[in-house]
Amino acid sequence: MADISGMTRRDVLRAGAAGIAASTLAAPAVHGQAAGGRLALGFWDHWVGEPANAAMRAIVNDWAQKNRVEVTLDFITSVGNKNLLTIAAEAQARQGHDVLSFPTWHVHEHQRLLEPMDDVMGRLIQKYGPVNQASEYLAKIGNTWRAVPQTAGTQYKGSAARIDLLKQHAGIDVQAMYPAENRLGPGAENWNWDTFLVAAQKCKEAGYPFALPAGTFSDATDWIGAMFRSFGADLVDERGNITIRNNDKVRQALDYAKRLFQHIPSEMFAADDATNNRALIAGRTALIFNPPSAWAVAKRDAPEVARNVWHFPSPAGPVSHTTPHLPYLYGVWTFSRNKSAAKALIEHLSQIEQVQKLVDASVGYDIPAFASMFDDIDTWRKVEPPLGTVYNYPLRPHHKAVPNIAYAPAPAEIAVQMYTQGIQAKMIARMVQNNEPMERVLAWAEQEVEGFKRG
Amino acid sequence: MADGNVLTAPGIPAAVAPPRTGRLHRLARRRSTLAFLMTLPLLAVIGGLVAYPFFYAIYLSMLNKRMTRFVGLDNFAFLLTRETFQYVVWQSVIFAVSAVIAKALIGFILAHVLHTLPAKGQRKWRGMLLVPWVIPPAISTLAWWWLFDPTYSAINWMLMGIGAPPVAWLGEPGWARFAVILVNVWYGAPFFMIMYLAALKSVPDQLYEAAAIDGATGWQKLRYVTVPMMRNIIAITVLFSLIVTFANFDIVRILTNGGPQDRTHIFGTYAFQVGIQSGDIPLGSAVSLFMFPILAVFAVFVLRGVTRRSKEMAG
Repeated sequence: MADISGMTRRDVLRAGAAGIAASTLAAPAVHGQAAGGRLALGFWDHWVGEPANAAMRAIVNDWAQKNRVEVTLDFITSVGNKNLLTIAAEAQARQGHDVLSFPTWHVHEHQRLLEPMDDVMGRLIQKYGPVNQASEYLAKIGNTWRAVPQTAGTQYKGSAARIDLLKQHAGIDVQAMYPAENRLGPGAENWNWDTFLVAAQKCKEAGYPFALPAGTFSDATDWIGAMFRSFGADLVDERGNITIRNNDKVRQALDYAKRLFQHIPSEMFAADDATNNRALIAGRTALIFNPPSAWAVAKRDAPEVARNVWHFPSPAGPVSHTTPHLPYLYGVWTFSRNKSAAKALIEHLSQIEQVQKLVDASVGYDIPAFASMFDDIDTWRKVEPPLGTVYNYPLRPHHKAVPNIAYAPAPAEIAVQMYTQGIQAKMIARMVQNNEPMERVLAWAEQEVEGFKRG
Repeated sequence: MADGNVLTAPGIPAAVAPPRTGRLHRLARRRSTLAFLMTLPLLAVIGGLVAYPFFYAIYLSMLNKRMTRFVGLDNFAFLLTRETFQYVVWQSVIFAVSAVIAKALIGFILAHVLHTLPAKGQRKWRGMLLVPWVIPPAISTLAWWWLFDPTYSAINWMLMGIGAPPVAWLGEPGWARFAVILVNVWYGAPFFMIMYLAALKSVPDQLYEAAAIDGATGWQKLRYVTVPMMRNIIAITVLFSLIVTFANFDIVRILTNGGPQDRTHIFGTYAFQVGIQSGDIPLGSAVSLFMFPILAVFAVFVLRGVTRRSKEMAG
């Protein structure tokens, strides 16, 4: 074939990758005066939509003009995992964008094709202090930073709860517990999974059950992962050893989950990432675990509901206080032809001036990896209604909580498989839906996870 | 000319015939050459979008997870040891076989009902019944998803209207399997209907008249005239549908994402989860190729039967 057409397998793959890249949404920003070279960017197409994308576009355009770099900016949606397909195609073809937004696990997967970012991270850490452990777990492999935690798209999935319903039916004043200030209020010390269980029961009895998904979509995986971690119930330790069967903490977490799911509607086992949002917006639930995107839609479609929503960390467990976290990361391909410009742009985007614009445009949804920025960014203080609703959305030092990636600290190549296949959620489903005995569930999980260890 | 000889103008003596053209020119004037050239774009498309990805997938399925080492059939052997994959095989078979049987039966019945309608009314009904097949499945499946939605199921709303308890259509493994098969049947039955209707129209009326003279009942006409005359089209339609149904992706992906508890995963969705989402492209390729040998053998037998029957009918 190569003799006839002059095309090699690699050429065909390149053409395929170019096709995928070309078919992504909107490739608007192209500038002349390319003294600084060309740069192709594939950034995440923000849930918040055009305002967030427009802010990113404006920042990039401004930088491109000042640095005389000809930039092509594609916003690639994660709907239908299109971003994952683009990453996979470009990795195969060794051609495509210079910079891509990598979702949670895909830096580890493509680490051999990603340019070290130690220089950029070194300067950023020196200026803004350390990034959170979850971002470091995802972006720093060995002693090398293979990506830079980005602000756009990075989120927490703490509690998004109805102030009125929790107060009325569960006797919990969430505004008092987590005021829009750098201090904890009365009752915050009791915001743990036991309190949560009682509240779930009372709210269900009142007709407002907590909408906690338990399928294989990320909203389910993330909150269940944080809950397991807060019990110390790791399925695999950091060295890759399976710690399921003889682990009392895993048993405790499962036992707790079984009790909790007596008060959660059975249809939540089929829930996707939008089911919980819709339940909150429709006024049918008292609590979900979510970023402020559900509140933002409610603000537009159900203002009465939005006025009564408050964001704060998820409950603490017997071992630790964890809140689900889902970072996006900027990575530069080793086959990029303009690495210096790529790194310069990423460093520019990570400065607090740009971060402030991105957080503003996303109405507080986006979270920078550097906690030192939180107090200097006033978006979370200003957003309303109610005023301060997202103040406690980013994890602040006084929360004494830590961001959590489900299935960490397991080695990423094992963790990603447990994550995408929702092993913990399936363990719960087997116990709750099938009434399978604990031993059988643990044996099943162990067998599954053993399969993920293959090299 | 059919043998591909060189075209020469009749009645022109050889002495005054145009000078001998080059081999390339003669080659270009052959019918077979022309036919080949005209099919070349299609061959290129098939080669580039079917053959190449197929062989590349085989190559990928024989690599280790990091795609650095050739491991032969290890990925396939590994899959067979996994409980989840065993479920996937079983569910794919249930999904494809039950959906194809249901589609064939419904299509057969609808085709007969349509065939008996007068021509004017038939066109209207035919158009309406084809609608599910015409709508892109990703869109129609979304509509079904709304009907089955965990929180706002319209079907449940109707059930509750008559006092029946709501059903967790996509939350209970059994109901979820039923839901994905139902949507596949809804989408695919019109294809069977239109194929069978075309086959029915090609059955000569004289055969039915002869059967009627012999005193055949309606059932006997169906069994001894209609079905034998439709056998080839039934075999080809079932084969085609079985392959497409085994390779289904969108319906399961949109409705259940393989859940709950992996109980609705089929090869396509599981391959995507393992290969793209979990970053194990070789294993994902192995999953997607798993049914290929079985379906290939099945196709060979079905097509041999079709060829044999065609020869018998021609003879």
